[in-house]
Amino acid sequence: MGIRYNKKVMEHFMNPKNVGTLEDADTVIEEGNPVCGDMLRMYLKIEEGKIKDIKFLSFGCAANIATASVITELAKGRTLEEAKKITMKEVAENLDNLPRIKMHCAALAAKALQKAIEEYRESEEAKEDKE
Amino acid sequence: MKKMVYMDNERSTMVAKEVIDVMISYFDKYYGHPASIHGLGEQAHDAIDESAETIAHSINAKYNEIVFTSGGTEANDLAIRGIAYANKDKGKHIITSKIEHPSIMRITEQLSKQGFEIDYLNVDEKGFINIEQLKQLIRDETILVSIMHANHEIGAIQPIKEIGELLKDQKHKIHFHVDGQASYTRLPIDVQEFNLDALTLSAHKIHGPKGIGAIYSREKTKIDPILLGYVSLSRLRPGTENVPGIVGFGKAAEIAFKNFSEYVTHMKNLRDELLEGIENAIPEILLHGPRGDKRSPSNVNFSFKYIEGEAIMMYLNMNGVYVSTGSACASRKLEPSHVLSAIGIPPEIAHGSILFALSRYNKKEDVDYVLEVLPRVVNQLRNMSPLWHKMQERS
Repeated sequence: MGIRYNKKVMEHFMNPKNVGTLEDADTVIEEGNPVCGDMLRMYLKIEEGKIKDIKFLSFGCAANIATASVITELAKGRTLEEAKKITMKEVAENLDNLPRIKMHCAALAAKALQKAIEEYRESEEAKEDKE
Repeated sequence: MKKMVYMDNERSTMVAKEVIDVMISYFDKYYGHPASIHGLGEQAHDAIDESAETIAHSINAKYNEIVFTSGGTEANDLAIRGIAYANKDKGKHIITSKIEHPSIMRITEQLSKQGFEIDYLNVDEKGFINIEQLKQLIRDETILVSIMHANHEIGAIQPIKEIGELLKDQKHKIHFHVDGQASYTRLPIDVQEFNLDALTLSAHKIHGPKGIGAIYSREKTKIDPILLGYVSLSRLRPGTENVPGIVGFGKAAEIAFKNFSEYVTHMKNLRDELLEGIENAIPEILLHGPRGDKRSPSNVNFSFKYIEGEAIMMYLNMNGVYVSTGSACASRKLEPSHVLSAIGIPPEIAHGSILFALSRYNKKEDVDYVLEVLPRVVNQLRNMSPLWHKMQERS
């Protein structure tokens, strides 16, 4: 297969954390494209400016699933401000590193989380404007 | 012991016990240089001739038309560049197909930078080339046609005999090379009947050792060596011969052809059982390549829609099932299989492809085990997939 993953990546791939959907999510986003072979859907439940719950679905390879798993663990409980700062590098470090060719999976996970937070904020602002 | 099922036989195969046994003595007993004119040298030389004879016999060739190489990659290189360089005064046009092995495609890409013109035949949705298109592409400058026999990913068997007849009928000489790595010992090959000038063979695809292959090159074919150096036995391929490897290759061929039809029938039965078993157990899938007699006896390749092949492969791996995938995610180039692209499979479906490649050593229990594990793995990943959820929501 040409690509080797370390133990930590394999653990997250085989037993991913926070897989699934959230019925009462405050925001649901998709990032990536099945044509390119990786795509994430992320669900966020937010309370008092903090990520109370987070779930994901993944169409993608082992690295895609593992990075999504680890970023949801990192994000859970953080404030939106803190969660938005999670970088691709931080995701990779929490997996004891990724093969270079798979770094784009960490980038996709970080981008998905940022997009989810931004969309949540925009929708909140829109609500406030109405009020 | 943990259950293990190996179905990655298009990549490489288990070396037969009998093959290992005959190889050993060529390391520690008959280690002489085959070009030396003493007892040990002659022993090695005779062993090479014997292997060449076995392989030649299996394809209806002569033993002096078999030249050993370091493997299929080198044999393909020697065939394509060797014939191209030796015949370039007659023309610089080469025809091949869009679904050849990288060891052909990298060479034709290189040749096109050196002033050769390359045409790549299209294939239809099952993976077959079109003889009419080939006819139209042939011109006075055409010196070589190179088409693989059975495809290593989707198992499509090309109409090699018809191509051979067409090329024979031309008013000028057009060399015909066939890459037989994925068909040798699984389909009959007759270099006379097929009108071949060159044929590529590889040992490790037929339960022989890695690092040894061969080219059949018809007597009097104009072909230049690619490697230059000390000529031991063959002008075409200098350097000291890999004697144990050659002996192993010959033995592997001998065993395969001794029980050819029995082994092929065995593989075909397993192939059809696996193919039908998967179709009955799992919805939303796509078989790549043809069905029936135009499909290689050892090849089953499906896309499992809405999920990705590397993930499937690695979940199977955890269950002791070893296969391969055409997904971009499992390749270093991050591009999906060029074979699946050529038969019109969109990337998102190509990403979910898994190749189950059988050998004569697979058993019915192996197929049963895959049919037990695979539906579970596919379900597990589909439950995780946003595309699967979307599809469910729609219906």
